[in-house]
Amino acid sequence: MTVVKVFQAAGDFAENKDIARQLRTEQLMPALDRGEKVLIDFANVSLSTQSFIHALISDALRKHGAGILDRLQFKGCNPPVQALIATVCDYMQDSTHAEEMKVGERAASKAKSKR
Amino acid sequence: MDTGDPSSFEVCFHDRWISVHPFVLSLIAAAAAEKRRNGVQVMGRVPAIQSMNYLTRMKLFDFLGIPPPREITEHESAGRFIPVTQIRNSDELHGFITEMIPLLHAGPAESDPIKYVMSELVRNVLEHSDSPDGAFISAQYFKSSNRIAIGVADSGQGILGHMKQHHRVSNDREAILLALKPGITGTTSRFGGTETNAGAGLFFTRNIAKASQNYFAIYSGDTLYKLQKWKGKKLTLHPDATNDPHLIYSGLPLWQGTAIGIDIAMEQTQSFTALLRLIRDVYSVDVREGKKKKYKKPHFV
Repeated sequence: MTVVKVFQAAGDFAENKDIARQLRTEQLMPALDRGEKVLIDFANVSLSTQSFIHALISDALRKHGAGILDRLQFKGCNPPVQALIATVCDYMQDSTHAEEMKVGERAASKAKSKR
Repeated sequence: MDTGDPSSFEVCFHDRWISVHPFVLSLIAAAAAEKRRNGVQVMGRVPAIQSMNYLTRMKLFDFLGIPPPREITEHESAGRFIPVTQIRNSDELHGFITEMIPLLHAGPAESDPIKYVMSELVRNVLEHSDSPDGAFISAQYFKSSNRIAIGVADSGQGILGHMKQHHRVSNDREAILLALKPGITGTTSRFGGTETNAGAGLFFTRNIAKASQNYFAIYSGDTLYKLQKWKGKKLTLHPDATNDPHLIYSGLPLWQGTAIGIDIAMEQTQSFTALLRLIRDVYSVDVREGKKKKYKKPHFV
């Protein structure tokens, strides 16, 4: 299992998206692409932002789908950080469904115009 | 202040008194910096009145390039105000927040929303404004109402300039209202954004102000959206900013960049975590209810 340590990279207030991007591209995504499990460790992080969490994990949800959450664990999260992670996980699944709906609407419209 | 004339820039002051929100201070500093960068001289007659000391202490004259009316003795600013500060990159922002928070003498319950808002607003500027001057930020603590007022401004492309790259918006009003919705970003037309931008920063910020029953205003182009204060026991959040009590003015003097003002109560009526959960509940609820799907949840260990 790969462990991504957020505090060591981003500090007590994890808000720097450049660091989130770096953790994502150098540690998180390569490990997930190899089929490994990943533990993201937020121990000692007192606060983060939705933007940081998005920059860190949204790509994993978009590329691998919601099923990736079976291979992704979050450790040491305080309540605000948990709330932010849950928000990003929710709306990334929303966005998948929104895209599916768009595709469905386009297909329906195409079929209708053929008729 | 006339921002529409490219050849000159004059700042006028009232002869007897001044009272300005950090929103205005940051906006003037951003405008002056942009003019000076383009070789335009900033002019202004500064009356030698007592209240000018405040603008001197807030470092406004440093950005105007106009000498202050008189020298002042600077006292410790801890816990009372943050002078106008220019932030040009991510590292400067991180350093600013790290140094600023201890000055507030506040615990996490009070300082978390402030840190959060400052980070999200300034990062918005750094990533989307396309301004070489970056962001101008200032803040003031008001003891009588126990709130902190924050202003963040830039002289970049404005919200319309950014949003129209991927969305069908034809004026500043449409662009601002779209930018205040969750899941909408100028970097893509796709709901949920890109791998680095979700289009949630302004939605969170607006609702942090609303939860605090305080002031939030956003000015870009010729339009100002202002969230009105509300009184009540039950907090209801809305994805669409027009469903909140608000005022919107169009046809104002052109401000090519973006300026945002927000007030946050230092004594929150509910925890920041509870607010984040409320925001999560309302975020794109239409999509979720429409699909009636059971979403997978993150595993916390």
